[in-house]
Amino acid sequence: MSLLAVRDVAKHFGAVVALRSANLTVEVGEIHALVGANGAGKSTLVKLLTGVFRPDRGTIEVNDQVRHFPSPASAQQAGIAAVFQDPTLIPDLTIAENLRLTNVAAPAVRRCLQNMDLSTIDFGEIVGDLPLPLLRMLDLARALARDPQLLILDEITAALPSDLAERVFLVMRDWRKQGRSVLFISHRLKEVGVYCDRATVLRDGSDVGTMVPEESGEAALVELMLGPAAQDLPAEASVSGTTEINTGHTVIDTAEVPLVQVHELQVGNEVNGVSFDVRPGEIVGVAALEGQGQDALFAALAGRRKRDGGDVYVKGSPVSPSTPYDAIRAGMVLVPADRVEALLPQRSVHENISLPLYNRIAEWGAIRIARENRLVREAVQRLQIDVRAQRQVRRLSGGNQQKVTVARWLAAGFQVLLLFDPTRGIDIGTKRQIHALLRQLAAEGIGVLMFTSELPEVQLVCDRVLVLYEGKVVRELPAVAADEAALLHAAHGLTEAEGVA
Amino acid sequence: MSTSAPAIEQLPPRLQQLQRRFTDQPLYALTAILVILFVILASVSPGYRSLHSVSSTVQLAAILGIIAAGQTIVLLTAGVDLSVASVASAAAYVMAQNGGHGAVWAVLIGLAIGLVAGLVNGIGVGIFGVQPLIMTLGVGSIVEGMLVVYSQAQSNGAPLVPGPVHQLGTGTLGTYIPLDVLFVWLPISAILILGLKYSGLGRAIIAVGDNPVACRLAGVRTWQVLLATYAISSILSATAGMILGGYENAVDPQLATTYLLLSVAAAVIGGTSVFGGLGGYAGTIFGALILTVLDALLTVMNASQATRLMLYGAIILLLAWIYARLAGGGLGSTG
Amino acid sequence: MSSVAAATGATSFIPASTRRRFLRRNTWTLAIYGVFLALLLVEKIVHSSLGAFDFENLVIYSLPLAFAAMGQATVVLIGGIDLSIGPMMALVNVVAATWLATASFQQSILYALVIIVGVAALGALTGLVITVSRVPDIIVTLATGFIWSGVALRVLPSPGGGVQSVDFSNLVNGELWGVIPEGALVLAVIILVVWLPFYRSKMGLSVYALGSNRTAAFLSGVNVARTRIAAYALGGAFVAMAGLALTAATSTGDPNSAANYTLNSVASVVLGGVSLAGGRGGLLGPVAAAFVLGLIGIILGFMQVDPNWALVIQGVIVVLVMLFAGVLTLRRQQ
Repeated sequence: MSLLAVRDVAKHFGAVVALRSANLTVEVGEIHALVGANGAGKSTLVKLLTGVFRPDRGTIEVNDQVRHFPSPASAQQAGIAAVFQDPTLIPDLTIAENLRLTNVAAPAVRRCLQNMDLSTIDFGEIVGDLPLPLLRMLDLARALARDPQLLILDEITAALPSDLAERVFLVMRDWRKQGRSVLFISHRLKEVGVYCDRATVLRDGSDVGTMVPEESGEAALVELMLGPAAQDLPAEASVSGTTEINTGHTVIDTAEVPLVQVHELQVGNEVNGVSFDVRPGEIVGVAALEGQGQDALFAALAGRRKRDGGDVYVKGSPVSPSTPYDAIRAGMVLVPADRVEALLPQRSVHENISLPLYNRIAEWGAIRIARENRLVREAVQRLQIDVRAQRQVRRLSGGNQQKVTVARWLAAGFQVLLLFDPTRGIDIGTKRQIHALLRQLAAEGIGVLMFTSELPEVQLVCDRVLVLYEGKVVRELPAVAADEAALLHAAHGLTEAEGVA
Repeated sequence: MSTSAPAIEQLPPRLQQLQRRFTDQPLYALTAILVILFVILASVSPGYRSLHSVSSTVQLAAILGIIAAGQTIVLLTAGVDLSVASVASAAAYVMAQNGGHGAVWAVLIGLAIGLVAGLVNGIGVGIFGVQPLIMTLGVGSIVEGMLVVYSQAQSNGAPLVPGPVHQLGTGTLGTYIPLDVLFVWLPISAILILGLKYSGLGRAIIAVGDNPVACRLAGVRTWQVLLATYAISSILSATAGMILGGYENAVDPQLATTYLLLSVAAAVIGGTSVFGGLGGYAGTIFGALILTVLDALLTVMNASQATRLMLYGAIILLLAWIYARLAGGGLGSTG
Repeated sequence: MSSVAAATGATSFIPASTRRRFLRRNTWTLAIYGVFLALLLVEKIVHSSLGAFDFENLVIYSLPLAFAAMGQATVVLIGGIDLSIGPMMALVNVVAATWLATASFQQSILYALVIIVGVAALGALTGLVITVSRVPDIIVTLATGFIWSGVALRVLPSPGGGVQSVDFSNLVNGELWGVIPEGALVLAVIILVVWLPFYRSKMGLSVYALGSNRTAAFLSGVNVARTRIAAYALGGAFVAMAGLALTAATSTGDPNSAANYTLNSVASVVLGGVSLAGGRGGLLGPVAAAFVLGLIGIILGFMQVDPNWALVIQGVIVVLVMLFAGVLTLRRQQ
């Protein structure tokens, strides 16, 4: 007897098919992973299971009984509680008010938080004042307090620092020990491999296989996720170089003037005297746990925040950007972490890419159509953006949206690319393409500063990496030495000696 | 919102196909509505079965069309301009009051009033980040109050609309081509329709309405765009107000009051989203024509002011409803 | 901080953090009450014989706007906006003036209740139409505003009617024991008996949730349709009271009497610290703002300022306050 059985479920939105035919069974006392590329239909399936959407076709059975969920409340009554990708706590209410709104008893939530070592939270705090990782944990505690048979976690670890993610895994195992089940959705296949009993793979809205990741390995999951289309990837997207350890792609002339020189940068109390260079043709990685000043560092370089001290030079001349416009004029452009911050959702791919071309009053007149078409076309080709749904960018998949945010700068031109976690929540195929593009750009003499929360990425793309801890660069490593273990040690603020020990 | 599932089904059901077509080309449906309304008008009143009546309808529609042009670009930036009517009245009144100094001078003063009001709106919204609704509301009531004070302070007789402006508001070239359409509405329409698609400012206006944060990150200084948008809107309102003064050949401080809500209605009927980033001026032109024909129809049917207001409300609601239904969120509904 | 409070005694039962949050959540409301008191002082200086009569006048003058602001605030809290408030008040005004012209006190109360329930039902209908049609609030209420204006003109084409029952008028115009304006009492009772229980209920939380973040509210199990309909219905009830207060204050029915109330209600709501985006603020702030606007009018009247200049000055004050709030927000973002 299965706890949950999803049979032949389909869902479409207008002409867009989100789920073609999905099947899924979750057994009692199991941690079951749901994996797939962006746009494979994972989030849609979650929303069908939680009563957010209703399926067009197919059945959902809980404990061998067919159930219909007309609303989120009805799914909760059936014993399904979810932590969604986006926080569901109301920002203008206090935690206590949020719990009252959702009929969850505060003491139960308090107990769950205590189990996660988070007992000091004041329930009178207004949710909007709390940091995002804490909100995810609160969401989790609230879901647990409902005492569901099935706990659904949709990309919960994406926004969590590793110590909090560890606590989530403990909770999952504990939950399994009590004979309940977890449906775990994640892009981090390592987590799937280590913590999940079985994994179901979705591709293009259908399930294409269920396996035991411990036996089959992560590589098999990747192959299933990508499907036969993976072979169609253009040569440079799956180039050998991007899947191997980067041993120094670029020959860097140290005599040359660095593209960017950052000297003793101070931003609030978040960045405390950071200095580094980026040379032409170099990709410099930034690795850090959540909240070590990386946000402020990128915000200051991109002109989103004023700096409180230190100097920044681009090509030897001092710059002090107080708006993104200043930074762009100086040649430094930003691809932010959140695509929502970068895209015009209702406008076309074309308009999204050409946006920076008109950021000066001098360009407010008639546009040069031929030039614009050429720039956009080149950028689209270079990034291989899937333009089938190009009339509105919000209809593109996450990976294609991310490509658009990068393509914009290819069209506008730049010297230094600031990338903040560019591959978070993106499928492997797109990731590889972006990696390959970055190497190409570097080869053309561009400088790249890239923060990434996915540590293996450092060795795939970067030439060297800066590790931030409490607003300072605590370690600088060449790519060869920057394996996950070394980075994690440094990111936790351990000295090299401790790291070895 | 859904960032998932880009897979496109090969054969959408027929209804969806219709819906898609409508979303892509809302102008067809608007044309149909306009033609139907005009046919009803012509069948009710024989007087409207002539090219001449078409001409005079368009002549009157130009005034609403021009005020609604400003409203449209402000709506595109996800704002709203509730000062359009006060600015139009003020421009017309002050222009007429200064008619003695020559038509050109009078019109320039009227336009200057629009520019100043628009800049104040733009500074509030663009630089200080005040919500457009409340900013333009405040500026509108200031302009209205000052206009009344000004009108009471005038002792040298009733204001006189300058001859050329009266000519512009009522005259035609040949028999059928209204001067206000030829010399004002047509050029403005061309500039706006092309400008929103093929000019840097036009792109920026729409982009700011769709996502101001993304614009800032792309280097667009949104305050400049908003300042320009509100200034243009008020200048257009002032222009329309002066033409209205010419059309009526008389001005009073409440001259354009009814145009406030109609300007929003014309833009929305034309498919511009009140949430910004979606729409354009071509639809607004149809919105202005539809509302003007509707007004003529109600006049012909001898409807009382009460009936007229009720029908107006019902029809605006109905059209918006149909539009929202067919366009499937085309009005920017996020529900 | 809290140890200091404990040492000083009385306030120690409330933790410092709670007080800090209360202050932060209500800064604006407290400020607007401060402005109100300061203006009272100004009036005292301008018009030295400040007495009960002046309070009475202020209440009569401000009560319709206070109720209208409450109606607007209820709708703005869910992230909506009601542009039909002025026309609806005019409709209530003409209907009430027609019915109450020959009614006894008991009949008048009954009619008033019928009107309140009826307008609440129309409000609910507005909320329903917005939900079903998916047409934005601003457009739907724009259209219904036209409709209510038309109906008001149909009911009473030219000013007329009246209020026969002096006891009923006195609910707004009278004084209890010669000191306390009855209108203020009515307002206080309505806030305590209608708004407070609503605010504290699950539905009240849902209203704030919906205005704060619609998607999160839906995922939290808030019934979006029901909440919106409830907010518009309650808003309608307040607007009906505004129309009744206007009728009692003017003792006449006039279909053009309430033209400025839509705009002034929005101004009061914003001055009263309610975010037009929804989810933030309350009803006490807008009520105070309505009284502030009323007081400004009265003070300018005493100073013999042309009423049209008064309109300009009110507009300038609204704009300046908004610019000031804008500066504050920009500062906080820096």
